[in-house]
Amino acid sequence: MRGIGVALACALTVFTANAATVKPGPNAQEEIQEALILAKPGSTVNLGAGTFELQMGLSLDVDNVTLRGKGPDKTILSLKRQNAGSEGLIVTSSGVVLEDFAVEDSIGDAIKTKGCKGITFRNVRAEWTGGPKATNGSYGFYPVESENVLIEKCVAIGASDAGIYVGQSKNVIVRNSRAEYNVAGIEIENCHGADVYECVATRNTGGILVFDLPDLPMQGGRDVRVFNNQIVDNDTQNFAPPGNIVATVPTGTGLMIMANNNVEVFDNTLKGNKTTNCLIVSYIASGKEIKDPNYDPYPEGIFIHNNTFGPCGDDPQGDLGGELAKYVGKPVPDIVWDGIVDANKLVDGELPKDLRIYIADNGDADFINFDLANVIAAPDNVKISRDLAAHSGMLPRLKPIQLAGRK
Amino acid sequence: MRATKWAAVVLAAAVVAVAAGKVHAARKSNPTGVNVRVSGSAPKQLSDYNFFVGKLSDLKPNVGVIPYDLNTPLFSDYAAKYRHVWMPDGSSASYHEEDVFDFPVGATLIKTFAFLHDMRDPAKGQRIIETRLLIRKKKGWDALVYLWNDEQTEATLKVAGTTRDVTWIHSDGAQRSSNYIVPNVNQCKGCHVLDKAFVPIGPKARHLNKTFAYDDGEANQLDRWTQAGYLKGAPAHDAAPTAAVWNDPGTGSVDDRARAWLEINCAHCHNPHGPANTSGLDLRISQRDPVKWGVMKVPVAAGRGSGGRSYDIVPGKPDESILTFRLESTEPGIMMPELPRRLVDEESLPLIKEWIASITP
Repeated sequence: MRGIGVALACALTVFTANAATVKPGPNAQEEIQEALILAKPGSTVNLGAGTFELQMGLSLDVDNVTLRGKGPDKTILSLKRQNAGSEGLIVTSSGVVLEDFAVEDSIGDAIKTKGCKGITFRNVRAEWTGGPKATNGSYGFYPVESENVLIEKCVAIGASDAGIYVGQSKNVIVRNSRAEYNVAGIEIENCHGADVYECVATRNTGGILVFDLPDLPMQGGRDVRVFNNQIVDNDTQNFAPPGNIVATVPTGTGLMIMANNNVEVFDNTLKGNKTTNCLIVSYIASGKEIKDPNYDPYPEGIFIHNNTFGPCGDDPQGDLGGELAKYVGKPVPDIVWDGIVDANKLVDGELPKDLRIYIADNGDADFINFDLANVIAAPDNVKISRDLAAHSGMLPRLKPIQLAGRK
Repeated sequence: MRATKWAAVVLAAAVVAVAAGKVHAARKSNPTGVNVRVSGSAPKQLSDYNFFVGKLSDLKPNVGVIPYDLNTPLFSDYAAKYRHVWMPDGSSASYHEEDVFDFPVGATLIKTFAFLHDMRDPAKGQRIIETRLLIRKKKGWDALVYLWNDEQTEATLKVAGTTRDVTWIHSDGAQRSSNYIVPNVNQCKGCHVLDKAFVPIGPKARHLNKTFAYDDGEANQLDRWTQAGYLKGAPAHDAAPTAAVWNDPGTGSVDDRARAWLEINCAHCHNPHGPANTSGLDLRISQRDPVKWGVMKVPVAAGRGSGGRSYDIVPGKPDESILTFRLESTEPGIMMPELPRRLVDEESLPLIKEWIASITP
């Protein structure tokens, strides 16, 4: 008798801890949404195998909930018929885990998470199934204004802005993930502290972007490590709608660092990127006006070392690529710097050591400072330099990101 | 002995249960008072609250339920809106010049959405779709949506949201239709969250500061709330701020009216603490820095919402501004606001264009 009671209690516990599985069907939209609204903190909402045809985006605002499918090729949230809402799924609570499902063909961003303290994306696929198109949604994975962000074993395909985009966030890890056929494969923007490693970025317009932009609540993007990644064969024609910052990324850029500070790039393989393997620029290179007095448009404290570079730059693209072809010729070198520094920070005509760009131990990688300031202002006076020795030396290694509250 | 003792315990429990039932029944049988609970689960039916007397769809307010209106309202696909406020006996909201008033526990904002059959002639009747409640509880505001039945006799609690096909004769005499969205709780939060806390949007001094035609005659709303004991600390209404009425040139300049329209339609998200703060765009009337309210501001995550345009607002050039592109669109992922509209607010768009045309670089 007592034994049965205990067994029953256990069964009930199991049942309540793992809420019933929502299966595809005509009422799936309301069933998933209701499950996400009524979920108790700490509980799991399970999604069955199959394709869920949704007409509206989903949302989750309960802390510590896990949303779990049967695998990124088995549980598919299809937004092909979406007629309202701007995301496939939006999460605004903390400690949420999203895993083992796919979001396809959302009208805007696939998965946005905002203001989360702790958010995990694991084994999730975000894809626009019709290939790269300007009418695809902007971001595949879009955590913003969040802390302790983990994206692992995820796949992003076809985003018209960035496949994996982390913006205005602190303490970020993107690893073991794949981004292809996006405008930007992986983009870290206005973040403080991010590690991007063991990822593959291929067939994008730009493979991996590390940016800092003006006029935003969180600025001063810094402390980003990009290592052990394959950044290869990025060559998809830029299909971002004009007006967006990524629309200025030259087609075929492997790694692009814009205006970010303290970026360490090591142990990556970069090759087959048709404009260049590695582009380091100030925000001035975007051609956009700067009105924000608090914004620092210069990339400073950049350390590029121990990477493997292969052939690149045979077909430079975009406005910048055009200037490169004109002033530098083809192939464009592996590492390109716009040469623009902050005149206000110069001491005796030189930048302080910790603000410089260092390039070391990258095999036979070549380099160019193409003097963009004069390309813009005094085309007859452009002073191109291929002198790598001017960038010898090193910066202190950046510390690995530790995510709080995780084993 | 032992059995008797148990029996006594059971009996005592039963007595308590009966007593509790009585209390509950007594409360329920009181037909006159408004019945708002600030704890426990929400009533399933709108009629349980007694906000209205007589036929429910007449929305005739019960004692203590005061109708109100805003100078410039949010556009919701041409839905007519009926707003009411109720507060528990002896409690009142504290006045604030800029922000939403500080409401007491139990205070309830009641907003009913309906479609007139013929916008040219309200006497032809209407179809009520939903009534939304914001109830101030100890921990903060709670949002509840009650969906009206087709018979218009009752509205039932709806958690997951839904849609309703609606049709009406527009003010120009043409037949219109829409697939109206009844929001779920999370969609409510999409507009009503400020720094993670749920807050009302409308009941601010500048939006409420106007004359309302009450059953007993016209009066200023701030004055009426004060008189009714619902508002403490308010100055005389002519000393309080007033937002312009978007379609009444007598109430303000083009700039005043456009900014009032943008504030009520956009600023609940586009402010430094709202859901769209990461865009950096701030459309509150109080924002004085032109870049922050969009002039030559570069979009951040607009995606195809940019429409190929480079800046939120290009002075003098409405048709080169992202702002108008997004207001003119009905495509999800592009259009703004994201919710609750599916249609273009055709009547206000010319004002926004006139305003952008009037901005000098």
